[in-house]
Amino acid sequence: MLRRFRLEEPESVSEVSELLGRFGDSAKIYAGGTELLLAMKEGLVQYERLIDVKKLRCKDVTLENGALSIGALCTHRELETSEVIKEKLPALAKLEHNVANVRVRQVGTIGGNLCFAEPHADPGTLLIALGAKMIAEKSSAQREIPAEEFFVDAFETALEPDEVLTKIVVPVPGPTGRSAYLKFGYLERPSVGVGVAFNLNGQVSSMRIAVGCAGPAPRRVQDAEALLEGKSREEAERNLAQAGALAGRAAQAITDLHGSQDYKEHIVGVLLKRAFLSALS
Amino acid sequence: MAKPMSRVSEAQLIPISFTLNGRLQEIEVQPHELLLDVVRERLGLTGAKRSCDVEVCGACTLLVDGRPVSACTTLAFEVRGRSVLTIEGLAENGKLHPLQQAFIEHGGFQCGFCTPGMILAAKALLDENPDPSEAELKHFMHGNICRCTGYKKIIESIMAAAKTMRSVG
Repeated sequence: MLRRFRLEEPESVSEVSELLGRFGDSAKIYAGGTELLLAMKEGLVQYERLIDVKKLRCKDVTLENGALSIGALCTHRELETSEVIKEKLPALAKLEHNVANVRVRQVGTIGGNLCFAEPHADPGTLLIALGAKMIAEKSSAQREIPAEEFFVDAFETALEPDEVLTKIVVPVPGPTGRSAYLKFGYLERPSVGVGVAFNLNGQVSSMRIAVGCAGPAPRRVQDAEALLEGKSREEAERNLAQAGALAGRAAQAITDLHGSQDYKEHIVGVLLKRAFLSALS
Repeated sequence: MAKPMSRVSEAQLIPISFTLNGRLQEIEVQPHELLLDVVRERLGLTGAKRSCDVEVCGACTLLVDGRPVSACTTLAFEVRGRSVLTIEGLAENGKLHPLQQAFIEHGGFQCGFCTPGMILAAKALLDENPDPSEAELKHFMHGNICRCTGYKKIIESIMAAAKTMRSVG
């Protein structure tokens, strides 16, 4: 059962920001509702107002200056079927193809997924590995937040109370760019997710590794990256086990229904190895 | 846009018009009303079932503009100006849809609780991809759960319906 709330349907970012400022914690942004409505039905959160942002013009996927700009209101379905995403960011298209199920992908938005910051979500982890930037706007200002600084804690982001995530800007990998995201779990949501992105041109460069789902928020693992950076493919493959162990510890894994801490740390290592090898193939 | 300063305690009514199984519906809903409750309780179509209530099982699947959604977690006002199909609207002039016919012929259900959702999800798949591989079918349908463990028959039913639909379509 949902408790009664009021609906606002603003048509501009400044109106949304103004409503957020005016109503504070008693209002919440609503887009696809696939996460928010579940939490409200369970009674975990309660709002007097939902601010439906679907009238904002934030649905474009465009290629600008070597980066893909993804509107925050794009649904998972729109991203999994987007030709430009499939061509330029195949790892993201594949990830989106495997988010939840076909009904959730139909209405759930990438922006909602990121802003809700449910720990067992896929996109944030890969976006950190890809070096994405979140564009946050309010009435008078716009700023960029690197993906790795966006996720503060479980269900908590770096957005200010009156800021709106309007788009995600992802650098398009060059011809030597490789990336992959793999997840594993036995419940509806993943227990562990690992994203990798790097260039391979004789040696590994710009190595980025992120782990998610295991702990409260997705995290970049620079210690593990350093073990692969600048290495030949063979050397990097030899260092994968050690990098995986570091990444496992950095995942801040917690013991819960999705698995024990030890188990998740182990799976991080397995997935890092597989993700690196699958990015090469 | 609703008046932002109106009081929370006052009921907010949103007039919506949409087509339900091809017929125009004009009703008023409150923002918190769920599509599943409106369809089942107010409009009397009980084919869609409330089961998991968390978008996992697919028993409440309805098609909105031809695409599957979880009616248990869809706000009713969202179907404003759109077209909703429930299992009750699938047969035409008393003739079962090929998917319905195939589920009967191939034993695609046991208790039947998941069946309306299964058939509507399968319709969305076949409308988009008339000749799916078994892997594509399983990927599309993995969010529809049968607890009588009848997946083999369900897959056979959908594949058979796909063949029939291709031959007539």
